[in-house]
Amino acid sequence: MFLARVVGRVWATAKDPSLESRKLLVLQPITPDGRERGRTVVAVDAVGAGAGEVVYWCRGRESSFPFLPGEVTTDATVVGIVDQISLAQS
Amino acid sequence: MLLARVVGTVVATRKDPRLDGKKLLVLRHISAEGADEAGYVVAVDTVGAGFRERVLTVAGSSARMAQGCRDCPVDAAVVGIIDQVELDDKP
Repeated sequence: MFLARVVGRVWATAKDPSLESRKLLVLQPITPDGRERGRTVVAVDAVGAGAGEVVYWCRGRESSFPFLPGEVTTDATVVGIVDQISLAQS
Repeated sequence: MLLARVVGTVVATRKDPRLDGKKLLVLRHISAEGADEAGYVVAVDTVGAGFRERVLTVAGSSARMAQGCRDCPVDAAVVGIIDQVELDDKP
């Protein structure tokens, strides 16, 4: 799983039926210390995340598992909202 | 899922029979702001996307869960046509 910040939303009327009424978020992946890293991705929201929140998300086929037994065609899903990150001092 | 723009189509006569009747699109990855990014991909169209439209694409085995792609040899599918990308103001 990876950390990201929610930076926007995507609207799509014509889409796969399994994505109907799912919220699509634009994520900017970040490092544990909050720096942006890599290209933005679009993820389905499984936890009710909102603008500006730091979240963790998973990639690949496993991203459809939060919606079981439904088969949602997604390869990125927000599966948690981060409260706090503790990093060991190096 | 990644954002992409339809930049072309692929025609193939000899192909896996499970791909018969499926439209193949050439996609260029784009950023959330709409700028071209590195990388092209060929994806199966499941929503009726057209030339120059901005679309949403899934990759990997999730693509087989798209409508009509069950048990097909597909690892990229177009699953949505984008109406709007709304970006929050940077703090």
